[in-house]
Amino acid sequence: MTGAVWAIFWPLLVALADYLFHGRGRGAWLAIGAAGTVVSLVVLTGAVVADGVLVHPLGGWAAPLGIELYADGLALLMLWLTAVVMLAVVPYALAWFGDQARARYYWPMWWLLWSSLNGLFLSADLFNLYVMLELVTLAAVPMVALAGKAEALRASLLYLLFALLGSLAWLLGVALLYAGAGTLHLHGLPALAGEPYAALAAGLMTAGLFAKAALFPLHAWLPPAHGNAPAPVSAILSALVVKAAVYLVLRVWLWGFPDLLGPLAGQVLGVIGGAAMVLGSIWAFRQTRLKQVIAYSTVAQLGYLLLIFPLAASFAAWQGVVYHGLAHGVAKAALFLAAGNIMIVVGHDRLAEMRELGSVLAPSLFAFGLAAVSLMGLPPAGGFVAKWLLVQGALEGGQWFWALLVMASGLLAAAYLFRVMRIFVRHAAAPGEGARGAHRLGPALNLPPLLLALAAVGLGLGAEPLLDLLSIAEGGP
Amino acid sequence: MDQVLLYVLTAAALFGIGVYGLLVQTHLLRRILAVNVIGNAVFLLLIAWAVRDGQPPDPVPHAMVLTGIVIAVSATAFALALLRRYHRDTGCVSLEGREDEGG
Repeated sequence: MTGAVWAIFWPLLVALADYLFHGRGRGAWLAIGAAGTVVSLVVLTGAVVADGVLVHPLGGWAAPLGIELYADGLALLMLWLTAVVMLAVVPYALAWFGDQARARYYWPMWWLLWSSLNGLFLSADLFNLYVMLELVTLAAVPMVALAGKAEALRASLLYLLFALLGSLAWLLGVALLYAGAGTLHLHGLPALAGEPYAALAAGLMTAGLFAKAALFPLHAWLPPAHGNAPAPVSAILSALVVKAAVYLVLRVWLWGFPDLLGPLAGQVLGVIGGAAMVLGSIWAFRQTRLKQVIAYSTVAQLGYLLLIFPLAASFAAWQGVVYHGLAHGVAKAALFLAAGNIMIVVGHDRLAEMRELGSVLAPSLFAFGLAAVSLMGLPPAGGFVAKWLLVQGALEGGQWFWALLVMASGLLAAAYLFRVMRIFVRHAAAPGEGARGAHRLGPALNLPPLLLALAAVGLGLGAEPLLDLLSIAEGGP
Repeated sequence: MDQVLLYVLTAAALFGIGVYGLLVQTHLLRRILAVNVIGNAVFLLLIAWAVRDGQPPDPVPHAMVLTGIVIAVSATAFALALLRRYHRDTGCVSLEGREDEGG
């Protein structure tokens, strides 16, 4: 239980330290911060695996006045996904920002983001979740603006407006729920079906989260923001930040008000997810810039996570959805980091003008290919296990339509990824060629995308123990 | 008229004005102000619903609103700083790229 507290406060303290010391001794702070946070997560994981679901009132103050931390198997998986992606980005971001003035702002924001993501995954209090959502936004938007170009500033303003409106819609929903049900506890909400305020509150909260998560049809801010951000920031944003909001959509519906989730609401949410999968893939196929392809791919991949709603009766589908979140997280971070390396060497990310992809890019292109294998859902990658479980869940319930959609969407992903990789293959220089210019990618830039892509493939081999964690839960699917 | 109802209706009107402003206005300063109007509508609603007949009001919504105000101030400060930088670099005051008109 101290693990849960320190997983939030340790990165927060390090964020302050890094800022106050003007980045002096950053390496030491990084080592101390990362070690402390990982140890907290290990302690927390040990406690949850041993004793089951863990509830910890902060400072000994019980709800409703106090705030309770809550950890179950799903929260653990998300915390570890966050830790893996955040840590993999560290060497890359150190090399990317170097000693520029921007590094002074990047690292405190990075620590604050880790702290608030951990806080979000560990909260079960609706108001505390509002605070955490805002903290995540206020850490993520400045990181987009760090790119400094006019396009990036425009994108971050658009992102900020969407996110602020989203969190206020969430807060209005929370106010309605508190006035009606008299509790802020996500797991303590009474049966809400038939209450006049319940559907309105649920709708407001869901719409707010859709805006934060860039779920279709509120995705307009995501491609410019993720496309214009610096590469290490795009990786974190696409892998973790939008997923945190989707995680809350799942939490709120499956834990908060499962009785509101009738067949109609489930099918409607599923259709929205399906539309995101198809339209997002088509948009990704039509983009002319590499990072925009990857950003639209995020819009499409987030749609999968909504498929749990029509398939909620099946535990296999639930496992598939969660596993898809994990596999997409590491694969998408790898894609963005690899794209960042391509931009360093080529100087831009316009697909039509990609020429002379020198042999220095070989590790990055290999990482791109491996991550693409997982996104398409080819065996043995993590994405394959996720799709397999989803198809199994759909067929169990006799809803073959969703199974077809999952398979078709895999083909669409293959279409836009092969379109990009065809350009890579056609314009790859022979070994030794195209190495002119001073561009040398060190291991700090080459290894992170490679490791993340290997993790995406490796997830397919070690699925069993991770999926077993999901059975540590109270309520839910 | 019931006092709570009056506050709730006021909050609903403010919320509507704010959402309208956010969607219709293109000047970014007005959009940021619109977000603040929406925020105040929600805070007003929380405070109004904290009333309990003949008893001291419920403290939980008050604590929520205090926290909410801090968040709103920080978010607004950040949005304004971002807007100033955007205006300085591009000369635009809207996301559609409209030039500043003697502002």
